[in-house]
Amino acid sequence: MPRSGLTGSRIRERREVIGMRQAELARQSGISASYLNLIEHNRRRIGGKLLLDIAGVLGVEPAQLSEGAEAALTATLREAAAERQLDSSETDRVEELAGRFPGWARLLADQHARIGQLEQSVEALTDRLAHDPHLAASLHEVLSTVTAIHSASSILVETRELEREWRDRFHRNIHEDSARLAEGAQRLVDELDAGTRQDATGHSPQDEVQAFLDTSGWHFPELETGQGAAKVLGRAEMGTGVAQDLLRDRLEGLADDAARLPLDDLLTALKAERALEDAPPEGPDPTDLAQRLGVGADLVMRRLVALPADLRADLLPAAPGIVVADASGTLLERREAEGFPLPRYGAACPLWPLFQALHRPMLPLRQVIEMAGRAEGTFVTYALAVPRQTPRPDEPPNFRTHMLIWPATRPAGRVPRVGVTCRICPRENCTARREPSIMAERR
Amino acid sequence: MAKNVLVIEDEPNIIEAISFILSRDGWRVATHSNGVDAVSAVQSRRPDLVILDVMLPGRSGYDILRDLRAAAETADLPVLMLTARGQTKDREMAQTLGASRFMSKPFSNAEVLEAVNDLVRP
Repeated sequence: MPRSGLTGSRIRERREVIGMRQAELARQSGISASYLNLIEHNRRRIGGKLLLDIAGVLGVEPAQLSEGAEAALTATLREAAAERQLDSSETDRVEELAGRFPGWARLLADQHARIGQLEQSVEALTDRLAHDPHLAASLHEVLSTVTAIHSASSILVETRELEREWRDRFHRNIHEDSARLAEGAQRLVDELDAGTRQDATGHSPQDEVQAFLDTSGWHFPELETGQGAAKVLGRAEMGTGVAQDLLRDRLEGLADDAARLPLDDLLTALKAERALEDAPPEGPDPTDLAQRLGVGADLVMRRLVALPADLRADLLPAAPGIVVADASGTLLERREAEGFPLPRYGAACPLWPLFQALHRPMLPLRQVIEMAGRAEGTFVTYALAVPRQTPRPDEPPNFRTHMLIWPATRPAGRVPRVGVTCRICPRENCTARREPSIMAERR
Repeated sequence: MAKNVLVIEDEPNIIEAISFILSRDGWRVATHSNGVDAVSAVQSRRPDLVILDVMLPGRSGYDILRDLRAAAETADLPVLMLTARGQTKDREMAQTLGASRFMSKPFSNAEVLEAVNDLVRP
């Protein structure tokens, strides 16, 4: 149905031209935002009264939405003309323009749309200081340091007969602060630099680190032999200093894990577990391995994911996924298991055993779950929250929660269904839902 | 008799510089460097003037100012607010909460001296 198919695109185009939000158009037309989204992506047919309603809200003739592309084009041109207050003797001839010079007319309309997008980006960028806490913190640091230097240097220059001690002291302060300023300025440049790249390609320093780990398969031979993170870091070529620092932290963590649970010990334990008659078919239970090895199950989970690809293929039925979060629910480490996607931005599904483990710290949880979504895969998960450092009196414990994910076959009986994140979760009647889904179909 | 000023700021080198210029100018200077107990520090020291940074560890300078204005004995105390973000929004916020004066970093020593002497005659 190419004709009705295109109508959705035209609705969207028109809506964007007049700067109306999808939710607003949906509300005024009496349908749900998710349904309108399907229409706009040409995944639901539209006609009859609903088309009349939407056209009414958008202030266009229904024919402009359902008729040929030319109608939409002239509408955009009218819009562009109205915005620049073009003389009406010109705007009356818009059909003539579109008919005689379709290429030029298209160009004009595209540029009009592009200007709208760029204006939005400019707005977003102008607002960055208010919305980007990292940038604000870096800027604060720089301004504070500049103030300290400015103040101390004026004292040196303006105070007559300054005692030697004071003079030395202010000299030293300026020296210290100028080093801090250099660092702070570099960080600020990195933040701004990362910001512009983020806007262009959608890559944050976190994404960059993740991409590097994923292409390396999370396995670094240098770290297994105790050569330290520096060597890996040398060949990583991170784009920003922030990414470099993040990666160093992650590599040092991996090196530390490798030192605490050497590869050979893990392999021996894996082979022994696999030989057992009641070995779980989906993959080993990390708490069994932990008991055998005399280490924490969280360490075992992280090490299982960092196995080199060939050994993993030999010893494990499938590649496990892992996700590690802090108590705020922020996902710190992530490796996807096939069919269990992890959200790139924003918060995950609160139904994950990962978060339940935070309510029962130190207690390992084994749970079979089903992923709601296209694939509807089943997974065996092990979750465990442990304090990051040795807990001390009067210090809040800093818990990290882990979840190891094994792709599995569906068992008999009911299995809890979880999602990835609310926006793309089709589960209906979920009490944990935070925001409407763009997937759920409401009739 | 010298007037007392309490500088609530967490940058050690800014504290040192401000303390130096103010004491040369005849002020008696006390300092405090965290937000959490800043209000009780003001109440126990009873200064003639407070210089208050907005970004403090533990508690925001705005919250501290709000508490000071709410208490009868500090409701009229002159407070000079310092911030590293001289945006209109911050200035408005400081004004609404009752700051006597607002200054954004980087400031000069002369500006600080002028402001404090304007607020309280030493």
